[in-house]
Amino acid sequence: MDTKISTDRLKVFFGKSQVLKEITIAVHRNTITGFMGPSGSGKSTLISVINRMIDFENNVRIEGEAAIDGTSILDGSINPIELRRRVGTVFAVPIPLPRSIFENIAYGPKLKGTTDRTSLHHIVEDSLKKAFLWDEVKDRLSTSALKLSGGQQQRLCLARTLALKPEIILLDEPCSGLDPVSTAKIEDALSELKSEYTIILVSNNTKQIARISDFSAFFYLGELIEYNTTEKVFTTPAETKTEDYIQGKFG
Amino acid sequence: MRINPRIINRLVRMGLNVQAFFTVGILIIIVAIIFFKGFPHMSFAFIFSFPEDMGREGGIFPSIVGTIQLALLSILFATPLGLGTAIFLTEYTRESLFTKLIRFGVESLAGIPSILYGLFGFIFFVIKLKMGWSLLAGVLTMTIMILPTIIRTSEEAIRAVPRQLRIVSYSLSASKWETIKKVVLPAAMPGILTGIMLSIGRAVGETAAIIFTMGSSLRLPLSVMDSGRTMAVHFYILAREGISMEKAYGTAVVLVLSILLINILAYYIMNKAIARYS
Repeated sequence: MDTKISTDRLKVFFGKSQVLKEITIAVHRNTITGFMGPSGSGKSTLISVINRMIDFENNVRIEGEAAIDGTSILDGSINPIELRRRVGTVFAVPIPLPRSIFENIAYGPKLKGTTDRTSLHHIVEDSLKKAFLWDEVKDRLSTSALKLSGGQQQRLCLARTLALKPEIILLDEPCSGLDPVSTAKIEDALSELKSEYTIILVSNNTKQIARISDFSAFFYLGELIEYNTTEKVFTTPAETKTEDYIQGKFG
Repeated sequence: MRINPRIINRLVRMGLNVQAFFTVGILIIIVAIIFFKGFPHMSFAFIFSFPEDMGREGGIFPSIVGTIQLALLSILFATPLGLGTAIFLTEYTRESLFTKLIRFGVESLAGIPSILYGLFGFIFFVIKLKMGWSLLAGVLTMTIMILPTIIRTSEEAIRAVPRQLRIVSYSLSASKWETIKKVVLPAAMPGILTGIMLSIGRAVGETAAIIFTMGSSLRLPLSVMDSGRTMAVHFYILAREGISMEKAYGTAVVLVLSILLINILAYYIMNKAIARYS
């Protein structure tokens, strides 16, 4: 299998506490990989290394290696702004920018230098369609994005990320605040998208991981406990910790 | 014995109502007296003609122009400077001794009586830099005077912008400056405008510092090196020196009306800004 994202003995410290302990993982291209684990397991921290959003935390120390397509992303020569165009992120709480639906989606492309109205329209329509939101908002693109429902806002955030034309999409518990119908829509969109993108889905919802991911990783207290195909992890987990977690014995 | 919470609730509400009415009442009385005394002396000619005989006769046109010039130029100087300082303090520094020092300085500046600004402006701009009593000296003094207000209000407004909005902007490949320009400043705009509005009010209403630096010439200031007087100064001199109470109140009416107009205009701009970004 073709590796898209890899880490090698990656360690992250916040001050004196170590939140990631020697993580070595290879995430495969054009798959959905689920990261699960109780809070404090380090899965979100791992995500923030991949998109370099960890740069905005204070007092961080990173050791080891992380790479995309074999090229280090921790190297000083990497421009984090360029990197974030390749690695899109959707956060747990949908946060539309206080502007119109159209302008939310066009935000990233405009920063990249796309100013031509027709190309922007094309990108906006395309992104909204991919996020399964187009039909609901096509007649009111100029209204405020803040007026959308929570589920729509999260799909807007997904569309906004897609508009960057990234290679990788990181989703940090994107459905934690959503109702089942909205969750299903996001999941449908992700299943369609994986043919074009490499997707990492962080979730506390093991059922969701089981439903839509191809590979699953289980993290616990900063360690990668188990990583395998979702089928293996959920039917015959190698570690009892994984089994206990999946069965809801702790978490 | 326990008093029924509903009765307490009613009493508190009544008390708060009385307080609110009292505050608004005082304001209404002041404005009413000024209008009652000044309105009969206000006319088209009063606004658009030049004063004669030290202001005993004629209108107040030069002081209206002087007021507008002073307020606009001061805001034009102070806003970029103050906003820049606020952005620097909030976005480009961590809390340190240095930022505490700047903030302490800003707060101290805000507490200095305006007469001291006037004295400084007189010694430094008027005498030392040989500007003489001039619009420029007045504007520069006023700029220093309103800077603390602009810095403080802008800083608070920028600080109130949720961190998550910035994080989202960064995640969409924006740089720091792009984030400030496109997300932070628009979101902080209402607060920043409030500071600018307060500052305009201060510039329009100031007397002591203006007399010391801009002088009190009755002529129309045609260059920044000309002396002039604002409506507030004109009012002060007319009343203080007993030249004409009628004309003084007439000036006061125009002054109050223009402050009202500025506020309405500012709210209009603010609502437009809010509507655009929400």
